[in-house]
Amino acid sequence: MTIHLETDVLIIGGGMAAGWAAIAAAQAGARVIVADKGYMGTSGVTAMGGPNHWWVAPDKSLREEAIARQSAKAQGLGDPDWMARILDLTWRYLPSLAPHYPFGSDGAGGTYYSGVRGSEYMRALRAAALEAGAQILDHHPAIELLRDAEGRIAGARGHALRHKQDWEIRSKTTILATGGNAFRSGLIGSHTNTGDGQLMAAEAGVALSGMEFGPSWSISPAWASTRTLPYTGAIYYDAGGRELDIPPIYAGHAHNRALGHAMLDEPVLADLSQAPQALRPILRRIQPFTPAPFERRGVDIFRDRFPVKLFGEGTIRGTGGLDLADAECRTSAPGLFAIGDAATREWVAGANSGGGAVNSAWALSSGRIAGAAAAHESLARRDGAPAPARGIGRVGITPEQAERAIDSTAIYREVDHQIHGYAHVFSRDEASYATSADELAGLWRELASHGRAQGASLVGLRETAALVAGARWTLAAAQARKESRGLHHRADFPEANASLAHRQRVSGLDAIRTHAQQAEFA
Amino acid sequence: MIAQIITDKCNNCAQCVTVCPTFVLDEGPQTPMIARIEACQTCYMCELYCDQDAIFVAPDQFNAEPGADPLAHLGVIRRDHGWDRPDQTGYLDDYRKLGPLLGEGAEIAARRYQAQRRSV
Repeated sequence: MTIHLETDVLIIGGGMAAGWAAIAAAQAGARVIVADKGYMGTSGVTAMGGPNHWWVAPDKSLREEAIARQSAKAQGLGDPDWMARILDLTWRYLPSLAPHYPFGSDGAGGTYYSGVRGSEYMRALRAAALEAGAQILDHHPAIELLRDAEGRIAGARGHALRHKQDWEIRSKTTILATGGNAFRSGLIGSHTNTGDGQLMAAEAGVALSGMEFGPSWSISPAWASTRTLPYTGAIYYDAGGRELDIPPIYAGHAHNRALGHAMLDEPVLADLSQAPQALRPILRRIQPFTPAPFERRGVDIFRDRFPVKLFGEGTIRGTGGLDLADAECRTSAPGLFAIGDAATREWVAGANSGGGAVNSAWALSSGRIAGAAAAHESLARRDGAPAPARGIGRVGITPEQAERAIDSTAIYREVDHQIHGYAHVFSRDEASYATSADELAGLWRELASHGRAQGASLVGLRETAALVAGARWTLAAAQARKESRGLHHRADFPEANASLAHRQRVSGLDAIRTHAQQAEFA
Repeated sequence: MIAQIITDKCNNCAQCVTVCPTFVLDEGPQTPMIARIEACQTCYMCELYCDQDAIFVAPDQFNAEPGADPLAHLGVIRRDHGWDRPDQTGYLDDYRKLGPLLGEGAEIAARRYQAQRRSV
C-alpha cells in the first residue's frame, strides 16, 4: 500500500533552510508538507553545530562595507545584490524565533542573536514550522521526483521508514532542502547529507554550479568528529613526540595540507594546553557535545595529547550546489526550487567557503525567499486538478542491464577516498583528477547498469548513487577550472587567472559536461 | 555509537526512536531496540532528548563498544545543555563568547608560529 497525500508546497529535507521555507510558505497561506529523511530538529549538520549568522545592523555604510569585504572574499564570483538581500532577511527574521529559542545576553544589556546553538535552533525551527501550520513527516526520505505531462515537477515519491510503506505526495511546487554532500566522511551530523536532492534535480535536467570550490576540513579526535572550538590554538606532535611544523589556521590550505600530509605518515597528536584559559570553564556550556568523546575515553582534553583526524566537509562548507535560474531560488525545472546547502551559494560566498555565518544567512534567506515564492506560485495553480505524473528517477530504479548486488559500503569508502584522500587531495593536478574521474565513472556505470532495490533498501541505494554523482560533478568541475581560486587549489595551476573569474556549471549523469557561465541576473 | 538503553531507567516512550536522525532504533516490547547500529553517527541526539537519562552513547564513532561503562555519564549531555531545567532563560548567556574564543585560539597559534620562525 502506498500512502497518497496532496499539498501546495512540498519541502524535501528538514534542516535550517527547510525550516525557514516551511514557516514562510505556511505564513503565505499555502498548505505545506515537510518530508525529512531523519527527524526535523536533529537532522543534518546544524543540530550538532552552532551556526553564526552574517549579522550587520541596517546602517547603509556598515552594510556597504560588509558587502565590499565579502565581495573581496568571494574573488569575483559573488553578487552584491544577493548579499544585501540575505543581510536584510537575516536581520529581520532571526529574532522572530524568540518565542521558541532562548536567545542569550550580548553582555551589554541587549540580546545576542547572531550565533545560535544548533540543537536548540533546530528544535525552535520545528516548533515554529508546526505553529505556522506546516505538516512534518519525519523518517520519510524522498526517492525520486514526479513530473507531469506539461513537464512540471509535480511532487515526489519516497518511503516511510517507520511505517515500511512507500509514499507519493503530489504538490503544486517542490522545494529541495536536502543539504550539501559530505561524501560519508564521518563529519558529525552529515550521515544523511548524501546529496539526494542534487541527484533528483539532475534527473530533471538541472545543472550544478560552483562544485569545484572545496573541500574544507574539520579537525577532531581521531575516534569522533566533534566541533572545533578548542583546536584553533592547538600544537601538533608526531607519534615520537616531536612538534610538527604546521602553519596556523589562518594559513587555510597550507594548514590543512601540512596536517594531512603528516597524517599520511603516522598518527598526529594534538595538544590543547595552550587553548584560551577562558574557554575551559565554559566549553561544556557553549558546546556541550565537545567534552563527551573525551570524558568517555578518560582523556583530559586540555592536558593529554590525543590523536586527531581531518574530517572532510564536502560541499557543506564548500559553495557548490544546484544552479538557480532566478532570484526566487527556482531551478531550471518548472515547479522546482532549491535552497540552503542543496543550492549553489556562490551568489553570497563566491569561490570561498561561506562556512558559518554567510552560509547560515543564506540558508535562512533562501528558505524565506523560496518558501514565499513557492506558496504564491502554488496558490495561483490551486484550481487545476492534478495532472497524471510519473517518477523520473532512473538509477537504482530501472537498471539498464540485469540486476546485481551492489556493495554500497565499498562504494562509500571509494567516494570518500577520491574526494578526501590526504595523499592526492592537497596537490591536485590534471592527471590526478583524470584518475579519480575514471574510478568514479566505473562506480556510476556499475550502479546505473545493475542497481535495483525497493523500500528502505532503495533509499540506501539512491544515497549511494547520489554520493557517486556528487563526487563526479565535484571532480569534473575542479578539473575544468584550470586555476586556483578560493577553496579550489591546484598544484599545476597555483595562481588565479583573471580571465576565469566567472561561474562554471556542471551537469549530466552518465556523461558529465562543464560549461563556463557569466552572471545572468543581477 | 549508541551502546546501551538502560532497562531499569527506560519508560519505553520511544522518543529516541522518533528523534534519531539516522533511524537506528526500532520500537520494542520493554525498551526500544538498537536495530541498525551501522547507521549510528554518534551524534548524542538520543541522549539529549531522553528525559529518563536511560541512553548511553559510547564515544567511538567507527566501532561499536557494547562493554563501555555508562554510569558516570548518564544524563550529562542533557544537563550540560540545560534541558533538565524547567526554565531555560539565560542558559545561553555564554554563547556569545564562542566567536571571540575561536579568534583568540587562532591568535595564540599565529603568535607561537611567528616566534618559532624568528628563533630558527
